[in-house]
Amino acid sequence: MEIYKADVVIVGGGGAGLRAAIAVAESDPSLKIALVSKVYPMRSHTVAAEGGAAGVKRPDDSFDYHFHDTVGGGDWLCEQDVVEYFVHQAPVELTRLEHWGCPWSRTPDGHVNVRPFGGMKIQRTWFAADKSGFHILHTLFQTSIKYPSIKRFDEYFCVDLLEEDGRVQGVVAIEMATGEFTMIEGKSVILATGGAGRVFRESTLGGIVTGDGMALAFRHGVALRDMEFVQYHPTCMPITGLLFTEACRGEGGYLVNKDGYRYLQDYGLGPLQDKPKNKYMELGPRDRLSQAFWYEQQKGRTIEHPVLGSVVHLDLRHLGEAYLHERLPLIYEMAETFMGIDPAKEPIPVRPGVHYTMGGVRVDGNCETSLPGLYAIGECASVGIHGANRLGSNSLTELLVFGKKAGDEAAARAKSTGPGNSASLLKQAQAAEQRVMALKTKTGGTERISTIRKEMVKSMEDGCGIYRVEDTMQATCDKLTQLRERFKNINLDDKSSVWNTDWLMAIELDYQLDVAQAMAHSAVNRKESRGAHQRLDGPDGAYTKRDDVNFLKHSDAYYVPGSAPRITYGDVKITKSPPAARVYGAAGEKADQERKESHV
Amino acid sequence: MSEQKIIEIEVLRYLPESDQAPHSEIYKVPFTDDMSVLQGAQYIKDNFDGSLTFRWSCRMAICGSCGMMINGVPKLSCETFIRDYYPNRITIEALANFPIEKDLVVDLSSFIEKLEAIQPYIIPKEPRTVEQGEYIQSPAQFAEYIQYTSCINCTLCYAACPQVGLNQNFLGPAVIALAHRYNMDSRDGGQDQRMELLASMDGVYNCSAVGYCSEVCPKHVDPGNAVNVNKINAAKDYFLRFLSPKGGSK
Repeated sequence: MEIYKADVVIVGGGGAGLRAAIAVAESDPSLKIALVSKVYPMRSHTVAAEGGAAGVKRPDDSFDYHFHDTVGGGDWLCEQDVVEYFVHQAPVELTRLEHWGCPWSRTPDGHVNVRPFGGMKIQRTWFAADKSGFHILHTLFQTSIKYPSIKRFDEYFCVDLLEEDGRVQGVVAIEMATGEFTMIEGKSVILATGGAGRVFRESTLGGIVTGDGMALAFRHGVALRDMEFVQYHPTCMPITGLLFTEACRGEGGYLVNKDGYRYLQDYGLGPLQDKPKNKYMELGPRDRLSQAFWYEQQKGRTIEHPVLGSVVHLDLRHLGEAYLHERLPLIYEMAETFMGIDPAKEPIPVRPGVHYTMGGVRVDGNCETSLPGLYAIGECASVGIHGANRLGSNSLTELLVFGKKAGDEAAARAKSTGPGNSASLLKQAQAAEQRVMALKTKTGGTERISTIRKEMVKSMEDGCGIYRVEDTMQATCDKLTQLRERFKNINLDDKSSVWNTDWLMAIELDYQLDVAQAMAHSAVNRKESRGAHQRLDGPDGAYTKRDDVNFLKHSDAYYVPGSAPRITYGDVKITKSPPAARVYGAAGEKADQERKESHV
Repeated sequence: MSEQKIIEIEVLRYLPESDQAPHSEIYKVPFTDDMSVLQGAQYIKDNFDGSLTFRWSCRMAICGSCGMMINGVPKLSCETFIRDYYPNRITIEALANFPIEKDLVVDLSSFIEKLEAIQPYIIPKEPRTVEQGEYIQSPAQFAEYIQYTSCINCTLCYAACPQVGLNQNFLGPAVIALAHRYNMDSRDGGQDQRMELLASMDGVYNCSAVGYCSEVCPKHVDPGNAVNVNKINAAKDYFLRFLSPKGGSK
């Protein structure tokens, strides 16, 4: 087995991983950094983020506003001290990215421009047309090339973490081009592997978004927190799930039902506005908009398309072709290429699709997990800023703010820690190699991984969709237990070493089944409705409401080998925003006013 | 978007551990009109042969993973639709001008090395602290470089470029466009450093101005234009070096 000795190992080369790598390199150029990614870094799914990154920019905005939008948007399940840190660091990191060359869109006088986004009181979303994630990712990747201490392991697939004396001490990875195993030692390890949305059928996500880091930490005894909170983005392409950014609505797009009616006014987001108005109508938060779609469908007011199924229309026509080309060029291209629609002339059929995992590897405000030396950042982590529902454009900023934070922390940790015992680590790595190789070499199985995957994603959609009830959630839990059993009986078509993606997809499916179980069991145990977790059941409909007495709590899912995960609950950190009614539109404005007056 | 039909997809397969040379296999794939060539390949992998190997991720033409030769033309398979070939056969092969590692997966390491070599990052003209805020960039300054930031590193232009086929060390269209992107950015002062490589044996003069790179670019970056602008810049730099020891690109 190849051995590489690093100081800091980073798993995942997307926005968070790259930002962390740069932070380590800048904090001490003598530290050896191993950046391990199963794809070339610029392929990471950060690339597909469209709308932008939130950070206070305008003189009429404030850190306090950003704080309250985020905490209210998260239905009070946020760690408020962490949110406070986040909103203060946001403009610092976004400005630094500007210095590194990110082509943020600008105002005519040459300053960085900001656009409105859902659930945000003041426009504060920095954007690079509608390819913000693409530009952030390429800027970070290209900037990372400047630092010789960052050694990239491109197209290396991480299969396990190494532990010694109760602390993390490295990782084991497969070099995809050869199928050979490598042990990469590190005094601290940062997980930055992204979300897990591909456990659902219709999602906005790339094929690589399979929850790898979540499963790795989970299997090493680290809790996965708040996994029941899965965000449905309200405007996705039917069938493929591809994303039409919230910026479509930030720039003034309408959502209409089969009668051409802007139905959001019926769901506590009105009154109707002609121009985009922050926190009203189409600029409500994502959970509320996806839920409104569900109700429209129940009422028979969605458009029934013979192939696409139930859809509503995202109408951009009134914005005009020139403006659409300037602000939403990718959306324009996608509508034309994938749907044959000219969005300046026709409305776009859309429906909600899975977009983001609010939960993840539980970490503290320093991004460290309960396993000393192991950090987690970005979508794979739950640092506590999204609560029960993430506001659009907070997650790109999260990559930067907590990438930097984790990089600094992991660097300090690496400098104060000695190397591990290589011989004992190698033994662990060899055991991991044998276990993973067995998946490939075993014979006599009868299950195709694609069949198990299809059944898993269907079951997750059935049980853990926009609205949930006990019976179907339990059915999903049971189904996942069966799939776990059937997974033992898989057979791979490809037994070779070089670029064996059949094998790698089996390892990913193994990760996905663990993460799906954490999600489904966390969901069935939360007997209330909060943010993205909405229930329709309970005695006298008791679970249809938020229940702060019993469930103003984080859920923690713990791995139990061979069995369903164990679910426990932990406290939520509240500093200055006590839970209140979560209201938008005119009611939201009234509540804001009352809060302001009570502070005077 | 209509009823299912059957398309023949011919794939150039190469399994390095068992094949002496690449060989063709033909699969009959049921499809609907909304299906991309990538989805056709996924159908084959899921249902017929799990050993079929290709890179893919985002499915929306932004991650740059899924380029392949489709009926001889370099394309992103996620935004190329089966319906446009039916009822004829579709042939898919690994991108031209790169060594094949397995099936449709090519070795990109030379491309990555070239990309790293041209210093694709801001070398500040006037360093600035975060406290000083952002650099100001006028609409005219922004327009100078923004088009060249759109490259997704899909390498279709390398598969299209006849000169890459002749000289494997040629920096190639995307990397030269990337160097140009930073050279043209008002925040950057690194043009002299990059010019050495651009004007070298493996630089812009390899280009024979065929322009096929710009034709196949899925993001309208027009790398061919970047290359040709830099032929002029490199020539100027060459002559000015006689007059000034620091070079003359500024």
